[in-house]
Amino acid sequence: MKILICISKTPDTTAKIAFTDNNTKFAADGVQWIINPYDEWYSLVRAIELKEADPSVVLHLVNVGGADSEPIIRKALALGGDEAIRVNADQSDSYFTATQIAQIAKEGSYDLIFTGKETIDYNGSSIGGMIAEILDLPFVSHAVKFDLAGQQSTIVREIDGGEETVQANLPLVVSCQKGMAEQRIPNMKGIMGARTKPLKVIEPATSEILTTVVAFDLPPAKAGVKLVSADNPEELVRLLSEEAKAI
Amino acid sequence: MSVLVFIDIADGQIKKASFEAACYGAQTAALLGTNAEAIVLGTCDADLAVLGQYGISKVHTVADPKLNHFDSQVYTKVIAEAAANADVIVFSNNTTGKAIAPRLSARLKAGLVTGAVALPDVSAGFVVKKSVFSGKAFANIGINSAKKIIALNPNAFNISKVEGTAEIAVFNTEIPASAVNVVSVNKVTGEVPLSEADIVVSGGRGLKGPENWGLVTDLAKLLGAATACSRPVADIHWRPHHEHVGQTGLAIAPNLYIAIGISGAIQHLAGVNRSKTIVVINKDPEAPFFKAADYGIVGDAFEVVPKIIDAVKKLKGMS
Repeated sequence: MKILICISKTPDTTAKIAFTDNNTKFAADGVQWIINPYDEWYSLVRAIELKEADPSVVLHLVNVGGADSEPIIRKALALGGDEAIRVNADQSDSYFTATQIAQIAKEGSYDLIFTGKETIDYNGSSIGGMIAEILDLPFVSHAVKFDLAGQQSTIVREIDGGEETVQANLPLVVSCQKGMAEQRIPNMKGIMGARTKPLKVIEPATSEILTTVVAFDLPPAKAGVKLVSADNPEELVRLLSEEAKAI
Repeated sequence: MSVLVFIDIADGQIKKASFEAACYGAQTAALLGTNAEAIVLGTCDADLAVLGQYGISKVHTVADPKLNHFDSQVYTKVIAEAAANADVIVFSNNTTGKAIAPRLSARLKAGLVTGAVALPDVSAGFVVKKSVFSGKAFANIGINSAKKIIALNPNAFNISKVEGTAEIAVFNTEIPASAVNVVSVNKVTGEVPLSEADIVVSGGRGLKGPENWGLVTDLAKLLGAATACSRPVADIHWRPHHEHVGQTGLAIAPNLYIAIGISGAIQHLAGVNRSKTIVVINKDPEAPFFKAADYGIVGDAFEVVPKIIDAVKKLKGMS
């Protein structure tokens, strides 16, 4: 069985968010880059667990990004991916990105495609659904649990206000979130081995670009906290009712 | 040429997030000089004509029980047919919308903006403002394609009512078989869904143990609020994972967020900083959360919260 795991490069969760070039570009100076947490902690680690349960499983990673994505691809290989493919292009538009991955998925005839539920920078939640539609495959989003018995998967997915359990046959696309697996740290053997694992770089297929970023904005700064004495919580309730009109 | 709004039904009722999407769609239609119509999939007892009060002129229904179980692939095929004449298709950016909108975008080659927080700017092109970096910034995204899809963040757009009744029209189409079989549904009933809640009361490690959660749930019940928690609290299983708000949990934007015993790590703030009013109760005056708060009390939650509960009861004339 072959699993394709989509990984994206995002700023570290504590990175300062600022913009340059007339607010059209993310200020990347001094920012530490990581594998998007949903891609790494949940989707990749769950795929690794499936391989641990069945060593015949093959794990391929795919990233759409420039050469500066290679450190995070090597880290994903150190965690447990077998091979990686990097599509040498910027991730500017989700349809463009999904088209690239769908093309690779089609050529590699994968049984399962895993994505994170969203990236923590663009918060698009779009790639998994788009890949599924391009390939005409079922798509189960927001998975918190994934089990496999032969060709049949049983998945628990989050829905608004609860969870539902679904079953679907492979091949399919799954977007993963918290609950699927637990975060891991690569060990020395993994890090050494990752250096020699195959990382193929390919040029992007032609695709339409449906959206473009015009500019970024930062939210207005808060006016500052109004502190109420711990002896007088009634005053807080009055302020929330009369000033904030929130209760 | 029109705007089509997908209406999401839960437990036979139209979701609040869908009323927001209806108003958003109607006002987008007004900007474009056209009408807003809606589509409802599956059988439902809700009064759909009421959508007229949210600016919808016509509701297309596909009342086939096969659609009562959600499958993004089937829903996408049906909506794509219904959207043949639509220029703009609006979803709520909830779990349903996030599963359908990207599929529909790829199917129709319609540019997609998810997490929209404001009406499109149509003065030059078609530009939609969306939340990015988990609420820490916004991006203005231009959609280049003829057809456009927008998924509106819950609690980001005010509901405004007008006079009106929507016309109901049955949309006939072949429903394809679903490849995803729903085995069981486990819904927390009777509680306010966290993503749509107006008020959220949230607890952190400062509450010392799950046995003390009565403080959070009592205050929440009194305020008609949903309950939430910080990541460590979910990780040590004091509270269920679906209550975890923050960077890797749910991002919410209620009218009022009350944080009890949460220090306010940057990853937590990322999930709640779009809240309109933030109240922080923490005994540590150096807790970073105070910098992001509108109101705060430096004090022991075990003393302060019961007093707040009493004061709210008094305000509501309950004591």
